Amino acid sequence: MLNFFSLSKVFEISTKSSKYVFVLFIIVLTIGLTEALFLSPEDYKQSHSVRIMYVHVPAAWMALGIFSIIAFLSISTFVFKNKNFFLISKSLAPSGFIFNIIALVTGSIWGKPTWGTWWAWDARITSMLILALFYFMYLLSWRIINNQNNAIKISSLIAIVGAINIPIIKFSVNWWNTLHQGPSLKIMSDSTIHSSMLIPLGIMTAAFALFSLLIFLMKFNTEMIRIKNKGLDRL
Amino acid sequence: MIKEIILMNGYGPYVWSAFFFTLTSFASLYLLTKLQLLKEQKKYIDKFGSLNKAKVAIVREQKINKEILLNTVITKI
Repeated sequence: MLNFFSLSKVFEISTKSSKYVFVLFIIVLTIGLTEALFLSPEDYKQSHSVRIMYVHVPAAWMALGIFSIIAFLSISTFVFKNKNFFLISKSLAPSGFIFNIIALVTGSIWGKPTWGTWWAWDARITSMLILALFYFMYLLSWRIINNQNNAIKISSLIAIVGAINIPIIKFSVNWWNTLHQGPSLKIMSDSTIHSSMLIPLGIMTAAFALFSLLIFLMKFNTEMIRIKNKGLDRL
Repeated sequence: MIKEIILMNGYGPYVWSAFFFTLTSFASLYLLTKLQLLKEQKKYIDKFGSLNKAKVAIVREQKINKEILLNTVITKI
């Protein structure tokens, strides 16, 4: 079991699997885009502008999900004193940040025809902007702190503090009166989205998840080679 | 038909720009990550090439170094 998780084995698996993930991502994205742009119906109220949902919603879900994983790994770093968790967190952060930016920009584009404005200091939008700032600080901490131990501690602290914002984002539409609509997909009850829209949304979410996995694998390999480069310097 | 797809009842510019921004962001992040990976691989190969025989033997003992060398060669091909 331990042999399976050895660094060389992980490197071998991540290198080989990234090629397959790339091919799968292209296939799923092509199907998703065809469904989202051409095959799915227009909304009776929002007309074709509803198609923005197929990039906006998966991006927001991914940004939230990735930050939650980073926060969980950061807590685990302190609890289990395992410094290898940072490799996973650091490799996940760039795609999470990009998804957050996509969610904000596409949300702004969607806001103009729907609400008549590009931006509003609404609870959901503002809390998503705060999440982007936490992502930025997390990535910046790795760039500006040269000492690895300090970088692990500070980036983990940023992620843990930033995690407080996750439930705020999730429940902001319930706690405050916002421009942003309430949740249409609920775990405990039936979805209010018709299957003709739910299926493309699911496919696009799968494509976004595959993209995140692809970037994670490439970034993970880069970090491992970087560590080995430092090892060669010490020889 | 094509005009209808492009214009989307007047919502076309919003829909297409949202999708264009998403795909451009994907392509940019992918290229940036790929470049970083290639840069680190090149640095590793350069450093490995400058080692003497004794140090090369030490490096080759670790399986992960073999994997990096193997994959770097494959990537270059």
